[in-house]
Amino acid sequence: MTEYDVPAGGQDLLRMTGIVKEFPGVRALDGVDLDIRRGEVHCLLGQNGAGKSTLIRVLTGAHKPDAGTIQVNGQVVSLNTPADSMRLGIAAIYQELDLVPDLTVAENVFLGHEPARFGLTRRSEANTKARELLKGLGHGEIPPGRTVGLLSAAGQQVVSMARALSRQARLIVMDEPSAVLDSEEVDNLFRVIRDLTAQGVAVVYISHRLEEIREIGDRVTVLKDGATVATGLDARETPTAELIRLMTGRSIEYVFPPRAELAGDAPVVLEVENLSRPREFARIGFSVRAGEILGLAGLVGSGRSEVLETVYGARRAATGFVRVDGKVLAPGKVQQAVKAGVGLAPEERKSQALLLDEAVYKNITVSSMGRFASGGFLNSHAERQAAEELTKALDVRPAGVEHPVRNLSGGNQQKVVLARWLMRDCRVLLLDEPTRGVDVGARSEIYALVRKLAASGVAIVLVSSEVEEVLGLADRVVVMREGRAVHTGPAQDIDEHQVLDLVMEGSAV
Amino acid sequence: MSEEVARSEAPKQDELGHGQAMAEVDPTAAGATLRHLLKGGAGRNVGLVIALVLLCIVGVATAGDRFASTANVLTILRLAAVIGVVSIGMTFVITGGGIDLSVGAMVALASVWATTLATQQLAADYHWIFMVSTALLVGAACGLVNGVLVAYGKIVPFIATLAMLAGARGLAEILSDRKTQIISVNSFVDFFGGSLIGIPVLVWMFLLVAAAGWVLLNRTTFGRRTFAVGGNAEAARLAGIKVQRHTVALYILAGLCCGIAAVMLMARTTTGSATHGGLYELDAIAAVVIGGTLLSGGRGTIVGTVFGVLIFTTLNNVFTLNNLSISAQSVAKGLIIVIAVLLQQRLAARATAP
Repeated sequence: MTEYDVPAGGQDLLRMTGIVKEFPGVRALDGVDLDIRRGEVHCLLGQNGAGKSTLIRVLTGAHKPDAGTIQVNGQVVSLNTPADSMRLGIAAIYQELDLVPDLTVAENVFLGHEPARFGLTRRSEANTKARELLKGLGHGEIPPGRTVGLLSAAGQQVVSMARALSRQARLIVMDEPSAVLDSEEVDNLFRVIRDLTAQGVAVVYISHRLEEIREIGDRVTVLKDGATVATGLDARETPTAELIRLMTGRSIEYVFPPRAELAGDAPVVLEVENLSRPREFARIGFSVRAGEILGLAGLVGSGRSEVLETVYGARRAATGFVRVDGKVLAPGKVQQAVKAGVGLAPEERKSQALLLDEAVYKNITVSSMGRFASGGFLNSHAERQAAEELTKALDVRPAGVEHPVRNLSGGNQQKVVLARWLMRDCRVLLLDEPTRGVDVGARSEIYALVRKLAASGVAIVLVSSEVEEVLGLADRVVVMREGRAVHTGPAQDIDEHQVLDLVMEGSAV
Repeated sequence: MSEEVARSEAPKQDELGHGQAMAEVDPTAAGATLRHLLKGGAGRNVGLVIALVLLCIVGVATAGDRFASTANVLTILRLAAVIGVVSIGMTFVITGGGIDLSVGAMVALASVWATTLATQQLAADYHWIFMVSTALLVGAACGLVNGVLVAYGKIVPFIATLAMLAGARGLAEILSDRKTQIISVNSFVDFFGGSLIGIPVLVWMFLLVAAAGWVLLNRTTFGRRTFAVGGNAEAARLAGIKVQRHTVALYILAGLCCGIAAVMLMARTTTGSATHGGLYELDAIAAVVIGGTLLSGGRGTIVGTVFGVLIFTTLNNVFTLNNLSISAQSVAKGLIIVIAVLLQQRLAARATAP
């Protein structure tokens, strides 16, 4: 199945062999092989967590690999710092553009290597050079003196590319560049890419949209679980079914707890109707019964997390409403959602949920302080005791509720967040990427915990980038693509291939 | 990483174990208490106690009985009391992730408003309580404005309270016509200028405010929310805490403390003036920060603030007794702030290293 085509060594611009990168508890890259030729558009495909982002960070010198070799122009090199990569002509254009919004276009293009004499920057020279670069990219209309923050996302991307070219980049990595663009802008992006490759520049193109890969790509490499499963595939000829087959299936099997039979008379707890927010998602509706787990599947940027946060009131819905136990919640009011028994375990655990320097028990009781207070005075003994019961039940380690949460592992931090909502006896639990940053061993524990919560009568909405997780854990699935629900149905009736097909090709099939 | 932590913690436990064996007490309870004390407030405040003791030794060595007399100690405490009350309020605002630059100006405005002819007439006719409540109301009202600007107007605290600093002091000048207003209500001066059980009423007031502040910060839901809002406002919001309302309450509290401080300053000087409370914002922030409260919010200590105030006041006193200039005092103050913050950062880095 693996079509290794062995290119003549001289043709390779970059060759990576057996790249391994480990993080505590996770092997992010586990033997990646990749070779890039001059003037080609090489597409990287893989599910979330397959290791694409880590690979880019190794390429740009942000992460140092633990094993493996990297050759540039046939020479073995080490990319220890971003400066090393820049010197060798490797540049990256990230999803979140790394521009300084308050500086001008020219200042951003030459940031770090400004044309200067005796330490004084030469503004006119920078402007002239920037204008030439922008013209070369087909965007002579962008004034070099304009503040970058005022440009559109597409314009900012062009500036980012001009910056790469100003450093004589020979290899440009583009991480989902089309995610921020509309179709006309995508056409222009492709024109620019063709110009670049004609000059011998190689482009590593990462996208989830197969139609784009078919249009612009030359060869495809597929990553799965941090390793190369196929490389050198023809971007135009390889059948979609084959690509999806390569991306799916997993060497590590997660253990999902068995689904419980939902009682026929289980009441509907959460109802979402016609929920919309401009530019994020439109006309989303679903209902969840007590004891049921509903999964939201879709790519990053498909609006899944936004839907969850809107249900919670952290974002204000433009239209539609949310009902809990038949009672309509006021839009944009977290307070009211919490009062009605809704809990959220947000995507960014550390920045959105936890008070990192505070003790475990304070993190657990923060949403139910009223229960431990009389006249505003807290009974911290009762607090500790109640928290201890929960941490024991959830097997939070290290045991003890006085540790600052910062010192806990990702899985245990997630248990602390779940304990917070358990303490409130909530009716609806919204879980956004509950296993992100959680190591393989602890995942099964979290899965079992979520199932147990559901069994106790909580209605759960689960969002995850990992299709397998949604299908394994949820009872019913809503598949989202570009802010719309494209499929709703029981989890057993759909498989990973079909979900991927829906989120990647959508109507294009 | 985690191995290193385990190794570095091992000897500590050994030491504790030894101590318990020698003292022959219930090992678990004593060990836990000791560890709790060292980890908690007492451990953090050891450095402050040492600094204060050192200052006192220097004081005794250089000024002898002039420093170590009851009268001088009471002077230090009376001076510490006013800025101390302001600093307690400041501790809340900073712990909650904000800052209040307008405290000095609020003290001035409150002192002026509470000593206008009309207010004094009311106090003379009925009771001095009218002067006190005027000062408290003015302080709380200014705090309310600060809080609303920060929480709902989304103006950064530095700027919002900078505006209040300018505005309140200007208003105080207009009200007083830039004249010092002398207090002629004897009952007011007698009560607040007097003593109770040999200790000045001002010092009692400071103790009371500090004690109430400690309870509020460490024993109530209000205090817990303050830590949460200052430590991670977004997490606090998503946990269901009313972050905006809480922020307003913190600034009102700071304003209220300024009102109390204004009453105390009026009693000490028997005047109300638009120049009262000059540079109090800097003294208060300095005391709070060397006390161990994080300027970025999320961690705060009332005990530390009290020590911070005492250290600065004692320093001033020692310098004054030795006839050293105000300028030399300022230099010493600057050095202390830098050293204290450097130490604090080291400790914080060690705490979060794993």
